Amino acid sequence: MVEKTVTIKNRAGIHARPAALLVQTANRFSSSIFLEKDGEKINGKSIMGILTLAATYNSPIKIIADGSDEEDALQTICRLFETRFEEE
Amino acid sequence: MKKITVLDLLQLDLRDRDALDLKCIAGRSGLVRELKVPEINRPGLELSGFYDNFAFQRIQIFGRGEMAYLEKLAGEGKTETLEKLFSCEIPCCVFTHSQAPTEDFRRIAERTGCTVLQTDLPSSEFTTRILRVLSNIFAPKQSVHGVFVEVFGVGVLIMGDSGVGKSETALALIERNHRLVADDLVEIRRVGGNILIGTGTGVSSHHMEIRGLGIINITHLFGVGAIRDKKQIQMAVRLEDWDPDKNYDRIGAEENFMEILGVQVPYIVIPVKPGRNIPVIIETAAMNERLKKMGYYSAKEFSKNVMRWLETESAKAIFLSET
Repeated sequence: MVEKTVTIKNRAGIHARPAALLVQTANRFSSSIFLEKDGEKINGKSIMGILTLAATYNSPIKIIADGSDEEDALQTICRLFETRFEEE
Repeated sequence: MKKITVLDLLQLDLRDRDALDLKCIAGRSGLVRELKVPEINRPGLELSGFYDNFAFQRIQIFGRGEMAYLEKLAGEGKTETLEKLFSCEIPCCVFTHSQAPTEDFRRIAERTGCTVLQTDLPSSEFTTRILRVLSNIFAPKQSVHGVFVEVFGVGVLIMGDSGVGKSETALALIERNHRLVADDLVEIRRVGGNILIGTGTGVSSHHMEIRGLGIINITHLFGVGAIRDKKQIQMAVRLEDWDPDKNYDRIGAEENFMEILGVQVPYIVIPVKPGRNIPVIIETAAMNERLKKMGYYSAKEFSKNVMRWLETESAKAIFLSET
């Protein structure tokens, strides 16, 4: 299991479009992927779960990946956060 | 496009408000003449001798006024204008109000091989009906491979590769009290500018081919309530085998369209895999489409609510960090 904490850099936070992008990316990996914010842990492959996180600008999110391709998954998802979900 | 002859006009199977009540009263040899334009002409000017810009390729309609003039000509023994009229290649003449043409008229029509038709409708009503019928006949057409069903009043065209389960999906929808319009081959016509009407093709409509069962007759099996002759196409659905590498729409905030005969039709792609109940998904899509038409767009409303919520949360966080 690997994990990494990132902060949200896009101003609008994780709304519908970035959330869709996030689950699409997460679904490409066989590892289980979880996102954690303020002690709340949700499945990174569920769009509704991600939206209920209320992941706003500058809030820290812990990404947890567990499985055979965990390293690759963690890296790809972190890159999404760093590139502001291709926004702005 | 297939040639449309005067005979085709007589043989059209029209009901109620479209019925033309036409019968042939002279010039049977002209039944093979082709109708080239979906238009009509009242030949008043031509009868009086003015032939500039004569729209001879149109169906010529003789109402009470034209008839009175023909009788006046007959009284005076004049036939030149009639000879001139029939020397043009007119497709056919129609007498309204059950009027019968004069003897001269009938004779010259027979000789020149031009059909004379009669209807008991008044001129204006006949004009309205024939224009409607002609615009339907001349409407742009296209045939599509798929199944066409009416789901909760929404005309849904289901397409997809052979064997993906179009007919089976339609069968399940019929079982759930929806209606079959056409199976396998759907004929689409564009009428009134931007309305797409889908129908079956003659003998095969309301029959379905189900692998393992063969051909079944939907009308006999499910009753007349389970079928429809024609319906406006309001939505297009493509069924395709689930492709794990393809991204399917997760939010639905963007509308997709498919162009059929130049008309944009709302279009969705539904991936098929075991465990996904396609009929129920199509039912839901149809209802969602109706909801959109009524002004409520679920995905967009949801997305807007999420945005608003994120903004308040963000404002709250900033406020807390400052104090």
